[in-house]
Amino acid sequence: MSEPKIELSKKNWDEVKSTTCYMCACRCGIKVYLKDGTVRYIEGNRDHPINKGVLCAKGSAGIMQQYSPAKLNKPLIRVGERGSGEFREIEWEEALRTATMWLSEVRNTDPRKLAFFTGRDQSQSLTGWWAIQYGTPNYAAHGGFCSVNMAAAGLYTIGGAFWEFGEPDWEYTRYFMLFGVAEEHGSNPMKTALGRLKTRGAKFVSVNPVRTGYSAIADEWVGIRPGTDGLFVAALIHELMKAGEIDLDYLLRYTNAPWLVIQNEGGEDHGIFARDAKGNPLVWDKNNAKAVNALSIGYVPALSGKFGLPGGRKAVPVFELLAQRFLDESYSPGSVAERTGIGADTIKRIAAELAHTAFQEEVTLDVEWTDWAGRKHDKLIGRPVSMHAMRGISAHSNGFHTCRMIHILQILLGSIDCPGGFRYKAPYPKQTPPWLRPAGKRAGDMRAEPLGGPHLGFPMKPADLLLNDDGSPQRIDKAFSWDAPFAAHGLMHTVINNAATADPYPIEVLFLYMANMGWNSAMNPPDTIRQLTAKNPDTGEYAIPKFIYSDAYLSETVPYADLILPDTTYLERWDCISLLDRPISEPNGPADSIRHPVIKPDRDVRPFQDVLIDLGARLGLTGFVNEDGTAKYPGGYPDYMVNHQRKPGIGPLAGWRGKTGDRFGSGEPNPRQLEKYIENGGFWHQELPLNKRYMRHANIEALNWSVEMGFRLSSNPVIFQLYLEPMQQFRLAAQGHGEITVPAVHSDRVETFFDPLPLWHTPLEESIVDGDEYPIHAITQRPMAMYHSWGTQNAWLRQIFNRNWLYMSHDKGRELGLADGDWVYVSSHHGRIKVQLKLMDGVNRDTVWTWNAIGKRSGSWNLANDAPESRKGFLLNHVISDLLPQRDGGYRYSNSDPVTGQAAWYDLRVRIEKAEPDTAALCEPQFKTLKKPSGIRARPPLLKFTGDRKP
Amino acid sequence: MHPAYSVILFTTSSGAGYGLLALIGLAGATHGAASSIEFAITTLVVALGLISVGLLSSTFHLGHPERAWRAFSQWRSSWLSREGIVAVATFVPALLFAYSWTFSNQAVALWGILSAVMCAATVYCTGMIYASLPTIRQWRHPLVVPVYLVFALATGATLLLALAHVFARGQLIQVIFSAAGLASALVLKLVYWRSIDSTKPSYTIEQATGIGHLGAVRQLELPHTAQNYLMQEMGYRIGRKHAEKLRRIVVLSLTGGLLFCLLTLVLPSALATAAAILAVLWAAIGAVTERWLFFAEAEHVVNLYYGKPAA
Amino acid sequence: MTALPDTSAVGQKKLGLVIDLDICVGCQACAVSCKEWNTQGYSAPLIDDDPYGANPMGPWLNRVHAYEAGEGVDAQVVHFPRSCLHCEQPACVTVCPTGASYKRAEDGIVLVNPDTCIGCKLCSWACPYGAREYDHNHGVMKKCTLCVDRIYNEHFEAEDRVPACVRACPTGARHFGDLGDETSDIAKLVKQREGYDLLPEMNYKPVNKYLPPRARRDKAGTHPAVASLTPRATSGRTGSLAERFFRWVDDKLSG
Ligand SMILES: Nc1nc2c(c(=O)[nH]1)N[C@H]1C(S)=C(S)[C@@H](COP(=O)(O)OP(=O)(O)OC[C@H]3O[C@@H](n4cnc5c(=O)[nH]c(N)nc54)[C@H](O)[C@@H]3O)O[C@H]1N2
Ligand SMILES: Nc1nc2c(c(=O)[nH]1)N[C@H]1C(S)=C(S)[C@@H](COP(=O)(O)OP(=O)(O)OC[C@H]3O[C@@H](n4cnc5c(=O)[nH]c(N)nc54)[C@H](O)[C@@H]3O)O[C@H]1N2
Ligand code: SF4
Ligand code: SF4
Ligand code: SF4
Ligand code: SF4
Ligand code: SF4
Ligand SMILES: [Mo]
Repeated sequence: MSEPKIELSKKNWDEVKSTTCYMCACRCGIKVYLKDGTVRYIEGNRDHPINKGVLCAKGSAGIMQQYSPAKLNKPLIRVGERGSGEFREIEWEEALRTATMWLSEVRNTDPRKLAFFTGRDQSQSLTGWWAIQYGTPNYAAHGGFCSVNMAAAGLYTIGGAFWEFGEPDWEYTRYFMLFGVAEEHGSNPMKTALGRLKTRGAKFVSVNPVRTGYSAIADEWVGIRPGTDGLFVAALIHELMKAGEIDLDYLLRYTNAPWLVIQNEGGEDHGIFARDAKGNPLVWDKNNAKAVNALSIGYVPALSGKFGLPGGRKAVPVFELLAQRFLDESYSPGSVAERTGIGADTIKRIAAELAHTAFQEEVTLDVEWTDWAGRKHDKLIGRPVSMHAMRGISAHSNGFHTCRMIHILQILLGSIDCPGGFRYKAPYPKQTPPWLRPAGKRAGDMRAEPLGGPHLGFPMKPADLLLNDDGSPQRIDKAFSWDAPFAAHGLMHTVINNAATADPYPIEVLFLYMANMGWNSAMNPPDTIRQLTAKNPDTGEYAIPKFIYSDAYLSETVPYADLILPDTTYLERWDCISLLDRPISEPNGPADSIRHPVIKPDRDVRPFQDVLIDLGARLGLTGFVNEDGTAKYPGGYPDYMVNHQRKPGIGPLAGWRGKTGDRFGSGEPNPRQLEKYIENGGFWHQELPLNKRYMRHANIEALNWSVEMGFRLSSNPVIFQLYLEPMQQFRLAAQGHGEITVPAVHSDRVETFFDPLPLWHTPLEESIVDGDEYPIHAITQRPMAMYHSWGTQNAWLRQIFNRNWLYMSHDKGRELGLADGDWVYVSSHHGRIKVQLKLMDGVNRDTVWTWNAIGKRSGSWNLANDAPESRKGFLLNHVISDLLPQRDGGYRYSNSDPVTGQAAWYDLRVRIEKAEPDTAALCEPQFKTLKKPSGIRARPPLLKFTGDRKP
Repeated sequence: MHPAYSVILFTTSSGAGYGLLALIGLAGATHGAASSIEFAITTLVVALGLISVGLLSSTFHLGHPERAWRAFSQWRSSWLSREGIVAVATFVPALLFAYSWTFSNQAVALWGILSAVMCAATVYCTGMIYASLPTIRQWRHPLVVPVYLVFALATGATLLLALAHVFARGQLIQVIFSAAGLASALVLKLVYWRSIDSTKPSYTIEQATGIGHLGAVRQLELPHTAQNYLMQEMGYRIGRKHAEKLRRIVVLSLTGGLLFCLLTLVLPSALATAAAILAVLWAAIGAVTERWLFFAEAEHVVNLYYGKPAA
Repeated sequence: MTALPDTSAVGQKKLGLVIDLDICVGCQACAVSCKEWNTQGYSAPLIDDDPYGANPMGPWLNRVHAYEAGEGVDAQVVHFPRSCLHCEQPACVTVCPTGASYKRAEDGIVLVNPDTCIGCKLCSWACPYGAREYDHNHGVMKKCTLCVDRIYNEHFEAEDRVPACVRACPTGARHFGDLGDETSDIAKLVKQREGYDLLPEMNYKPVNKYLPPRARRDKAGTHPAVASLTPRATSGRTGSLAERFFRWVDDKLSG
């Protein structure tokens, strides 16, 4: 018998379109294979700067997101009680009229009473712009509960950040330390890089309480106790300093190490930089024994010593203070070993390896470049040590300081933006500290007036906060108040609780977009659901009277909203991944991209951006209407993407600007811009010449280039802020100096945490709850094949993860008498859940962990009511608290970092007990099954997704 | 292995049918044409019926029964294919034997012996389907084929005994065959169990994954939290206690069958008939339970990848 | 086609995969892209039961396991993708009664012909590696096809003529090529990294190879650096640690 003939060159598609993935926020380039207008296959785009052809599990499962039966189909208006799932389908016109009515009423009375918060969308430059024009101060995206600690610490310190604003130099790095990362935003690039790094023989160290995923392939796993990375990093610095293994030249040139700090204990200028008459910081010139402008050249600076300034004040260089902090015995390897769970020997060895790699394995590139002071360099010197950190650092209440410490470790080794080190992605680096201040301060009557500028910024001094005269917060989320002064991304996680309890004030309309706040992005879902349904006892009205929500799918939050604006999927709409927002740039050059509709929606939904632009026009917002009142962007979002200009020449997209499309960065709008993007595979990417790729904090050509591109206002160098003077400004205020006083309830806290030098402190929850009662840390990790809650409706991905377990070390299990598969209670100071246990070895023994966002509420996502997601899947969030336990004085702070307001998800402390063996094999709590709103499609009993071959 | 009812029914029912057919074939070969046409027709119908039901039921678990004919093509390497061919081919001598035994009385011995040989060959092939799989230690065992053969013989002989009694034609030789068959089934099975219980599993999870140099290996995560075909088909696990209970049932039923066979010798004819029928019932329970256990106790190597330390 | 082709000739083409356990992070990209390609390609469709219900399941031709090996803090997590190994002596082929299961003479790919398979499942019993999954809704056996309809597909650019899983794998842990050609990159890689067979004792002679995890480097002596730094900035001087350190800094700056 001969082999059957098979068709080897079959073509199951009739066209291929290139666009951008949005199964997560990594935003890889994809090629979508289509047949008869339906999606057949999705693969990575080889030309794309982010993924260079590869594709993750979620990206490949995009098809199943498109065919999900949980898609919303039509605008809905609530007719039953909140949570009842009783909605009426309405036409778009009615939906838009209703929204306009609600929103214009608020705008004309008190625009503050609109709280507009958005999740992980990529149109923050549009939504933010809209909120400015609307005039509410209450706008932010999700960064406050995600990773603002990383962004703020980085931007204040080095003018760039981990997160999406920089990455290791994968090409040259020889030693890579990864702190607290299971998946990352740059999810495909991280994986590609790790594979190459290991293949190249570079050493990869993962600092993580759990040894799965990336940590599993690490050459060395440091199974740290959660929340103690600051101690570990401080001990590394301690060792390096003691051994003199630091790059002094680099410190002198690029950091504020030599800057003089006034020493005037008790005085109002204590801890402030000594400055000349023009406000320039001073350094002590050893040659001439006098203080000179730090930004001049030709001096020989002192790094230690106490120096007299004109007027009799004394000052010491930053470096002296820094060294004193880190040489302190409390930061020695021996002192931190027990708390971190890392042996002193290990810490010492890693310090030695870092020093060796940085200084003995130096990389040099024969590239000439010029620094800001005009000094020519004939080569680039690389210290091939790099680091990256994310939520394992960020999601702790000491994350801001810890993140700063990691940056300082990199700086001491001379490895920021050098070959082999950490590298910026355009538009970074920016000025340090960042120049942008939060706008939104109320000046008199602001009804129907736009706000003075963008909402989110970086306070330098107490006067930059958004406070009422009595010191109370002006924003609903208490961002930029004493609760969270450096809240550079707002505090989305506090909005619902604050609004429902009218603390600081009640609101009228809650407007959310693309965040499942009724479930996994709520710090505590049961409390949040309670607040969403809480009623004002006097009026019988909901405490949050109106709730408009845009989702694309039947999430847990949908049933709690009053008006649903159903969105399209990522394959059905225009999107703009803009340099004004969270760009996709690579270290070698800037990039931005678009999404364009590759298929037509099969239901009555509209892209949210179109809807927002339409609402802007209906409300008559400046910037959304012409002089004559007609809509400015009648073509919706694509019209805006091309024609909107933030400043002359600067628009959402940087590629192919100018009338003829020959300008990049800035230039007039180009009517054919989108066609150009589509022709180019949906993205624009420019590779910089070698002399502009490195040392960009000080590289004058690079700095000038970023001014030309409109990324920066001036080509001043970025001086790394080892010592963060703005923090001292807040601390001084807490000590009673200055015009703005810190209310007594907050003053201790501000004084403690606004230390201008990084410090380690016990995570707040741990410092308040009883350590004997709650001895165990509980954290989550992102599963690589699932994106938060929205992967669950995906018929393929949910086969991989349709339930979760709580993981504990065998060691701990033995101690507690627990076995694999046992059902256990997990109790925190705020609640209790019942879950099933799995034992493993690769986890810190004081830690338990689980996969994030696998647990679902019964009835949501159009899954069967008895789906494993709701019966055996759980959220750790049910035991996390929105607020910290009460302290003396009665005030309850948000469960967040005291500097930035970053939600402290991973501070959670718990107790684990065995559940009675006779209990049902069902997680607790079980929530009431959500009712399916009308119009949701039936679930197919069988999934027969196929090409043209029929079984 | 997941004990699929269609396969259990197939192997036990066709086994009994082949056993019966072989025995009457031998009877025909030694005694010539049947002395009672009713008895002959009944036994033939029962034998061929059981065979046919078994063969039919074996197609129930096929994804494409309509393509079953294709299974005759790979006799060069596939025991399943060989079994199919031999099974179908057996019908030729069997029908010829049926005709000659009942009506024509020509070449009874030839067709009878040929039928018996083909029956044995079919059952042998069935056994070899399992015994040839290197992936399952409990199947790749020298006793598997003998067990299949002996069970076919024992159940077939017991059936013959019962039919003979119904037609008042009970004979000592039938009791000898059935009792000896049941007794040897029992012995073989006991030896087999002792053997699979005492031999070490062939492979370990360390061997399967090849990472044993890192230390003892255990499963951390299944590929999917959802089920899959392999877990359901190969991952079937029977508790030790449960297996022991079922083994005892096999022992008891075979012993019971044996006793009832022997009782037919001493009981008056009406009661002897009843005893013979009870012997069939007991033997059937024993055979079905044995076959169920044969699957349930089989541990596929693939389970190593699903966390079993050894298989 | 039950009889196995003779693959003993020197230089006989043996297409297969090499999987690097040292860098596989268990991301499942290969598993999903495999499902995605094959449900519309040669293996179409891969039908899932109860996709949104309590017990969703369907055939996947590639699955990623995770194991832990070793004890306590030294235990290592190893992610372990598993698909058909395109064995040279595969009983899955020889047991097949219909010939639907066959090994291609040309390149050694083991395939099931969905037009002749009767769905008897015997081949899945014969495979030690769990590489065959029965699609009961389709009534035929499914397995990794080595993306036979991609690797020769002229509608793709040459560089894309690789299996979907290899094309997708973000870490580069999956390699595809001719293991019969000793001079091929993939064969050299296997040699250099001491790639191994799964269950060689079974004598199925898998073509696919696994590259073992590299030794961890978490002990002194596994990195060129010394085990700990000499406190050269602060030793041999007097005063507090900080004072000694500042004197060292001074020396450095003036030296
Ligand atoms: N597949 C997938 N990708 C995603 C997402 C997703 O849901 N799925 N979400 C995206 C989003 S919104 C974000 S914010 C990013 C986040 O990406 P990651 O930062 O990778 O987020 P997590 O998975 O929370 O990983 C946190 C890691 O920190 C560890 N950890 C916890 N506490 C500590 C600690 O104190 N110290 C140290 N060193 N480690 C600690 C945990 O064990 C875990 O491995 O991922 C993005 N990418
Ligand atoms: N315990 C614990 N909790 C956590 C975290 C943790 O690590 N541990 N991580 C936190 C972090 S960093 C984050 S970012 C949050 C993420 O939490 P969420 O922001 O709530 O993320 P998702 O669950 O993805 O929900 C986003 C919503 O957007 C909807 N959506 C999806 N696509 C579209 C679309 O195209 N248009 C519209 N309009 N809607 C769409 C989805 O249906 C879903 O309802 O979770 C936080 N919660
Ligand atoms: S990492 Fe995956 S899900 Fe995220 S954008 Fe890239 S391909 Fe899509
Ligand atoms: S891995 Fe299994 S299915 Fe693949 S060729 Fe080998 S035996 Fe056959
Ligand atoms: S299931 Fe199909 S391929 Fe497998 S042995 Fe049976 S007929 Fe052959
Ligand atoms: S080669 Fe193709 S069929 Fe085989 S595992 Fe990879 S993607 Fe799946
Ligand atoms: S895609 Fe690559 S890294 Fe991910 S699981 Fe598969 S082999 Fe491993
Ligand atoms: Mo996030």
